[in-house]
Amino acid sequence: MREELIISGRMNPMIDPQLNIWHWHIPLYLFLGGLAAGILFFAALYTIRGEEKLYPAAVKKAPFITPFILVIGLLALLLDLNNKPYFWQLYTTLRLESPMSWGAWTLMVVTPISFIWCALNIREIFPSFDWRYGWLKWLEAFFTRYKVAMSWVLLIFSVILGIYTGILFSAFNARPLWNTSILGPLFLASGLSTGAAYIMLVSRSHTERAAFSKIDIVIIGIELFLIVHMFMGFLASTQVQIEAAGLFLGGPYTAVFWVFVVFLGMILPALLEVLELRKYRVPVLIPSLLVLGGGLVFRFVIAYAGQASRWLY
Amino acid sequence: MRYAMVIDTDKCVGCSDCVVACQTENKVPVGYARDWVVEVTKGTYPHLQMELRSERCNQCENAPCVRCCPTGSSHYSAGGIVLVKPRRCIGCGACITSCPYDARFPHPKGYVDKCTFCDHRIKEGNKPACVEVCPTRCMYFGNIDDPASEVSRLLRQRRYKTLIPEAGTKPHLYFLT
Repeated sequence: MREELIISGRMNPMIDPQLNIWHWHIPLYLFLGGLAAGILFFAALYTIRGEEKLYPAAVKKAPFITPFILVIGLLALLLDLNNKPYFWQLYTTLRLESPMSWGAWTLMVVTPISFIWCALNIREIFPSFDWRYGWLKWLEAFFTRYKVAMSWVLLIFSVILGIYTGILFSAFNARPLWNTSILGPLFLASGLSTGAAYIMLVSRSHTERAAFSKIDIVIIGIELFLIVHMFMGFLASTQVQIEAAGLFLGGPYTAVFWVFVVFLGMILPALLEVLELRKYRVPVLIPSLLVLGGGLVFRFVIAYAGQASRWLY
Repeated sequence: MRYAMVIDTDKCVGCSDCVVACQTENKVPVGYARDWVVEVTKGTYPHLQMELRSERCNQCENAPCVRCCPTGSSHYSAGGIVLVKPRRCIGCGACITSCPYDARFPHPKGYVDKCTFCDHRIKEGNKPACVEVCPTRCMYFGNIDDPASEVSRLLRQRRYKTLIPEAGTKPHLYFLT
């Protein structure tokens, strides 16, 4: 029997548009947070390995952008709140069940470290910079002394910052598209990839660029594997997840996802990076900007498509 | 004690009196609603089947909104009712996104609002406003932990369903079919 299914009734124009509660603020923050996590991860990693000289852009130059993008990201998050004057309630409790809660605390660890990191490297930009006051000089000496310890903290918390946004989304079983544990690793990989791309962009050293090209190719490979793996999981799952995957397989997000995220944001830059390593002349600007743009579009697509996916009843 | 609502879909005529009663009782801002009526029509004309459901928050026992709330504003209250503490709510929207029933909305004052099972009326021994006004008396409210209650009796005697139990939320709105 051919069956028509008509659902009417819940016509509540004031509520239903509100169900897409998260607008541009959230994906913008997801991108900036992931980018900062990626940059700081490499900065901490090469400090711990004592390779500051080999990777000067990763350790010293690239992290200068992180306090700015973290603050912009935090402002975006604040703007997104409906009850803005109450934002401090986040810091009156720690709820491990809620990724947003421990994510907020993670930001409270990473953001100050990003400022300290820049302060310690300020002479990279202003060689004759002087802290002027004795206690500031004491603080500088203190953090310089414990730089490796701080790097370990940063290494761990930058991974948490990169992965928690994906875990936050995947914890919503009401939005079948997000309800996959692949999303955490995928967001982390995307953050590391955009971080590597930014480091390539600002690096002046050929060996450093080549190293980050290789790193980026590997991470993009991991991302592509995770994406395929995610769709295999969806298609082998329940009807709601099959329909969620359908948003990208013929649905409204198909073109933007496969063209802008997968091809232009992953496959093409990876190919260009391979060509560059094979000694072809590829301006570094192109693969770097493609990866960064792809990372941004990826967060927007996932945030919007996820809110469009739902249970059917 | 566990409060639950039982709604007889055979008796409901979809008049939306429950919606208006709730808006009046709870001073819900104009245009918003904590409950709504869904009309599902199946089949091909002229062989049609229709179901009317007065829906609201399912007061889940395993509530995703309570789990994801970063401040603990969403919480379980007496009788398993899920409530929002407006002064703890930052309006982040995580609970709105987490609800498979789409039962929550941002109140214009900033916090997130939803059905409370009219806990202020229950405390005084009254029924929720929607149950009280229903002209076909298709809605029942009570304690399902008490085998002698009207809701327990109905769930023993009639066939019923809950909405997307496979979401793992353990909902407490029961629809008699």
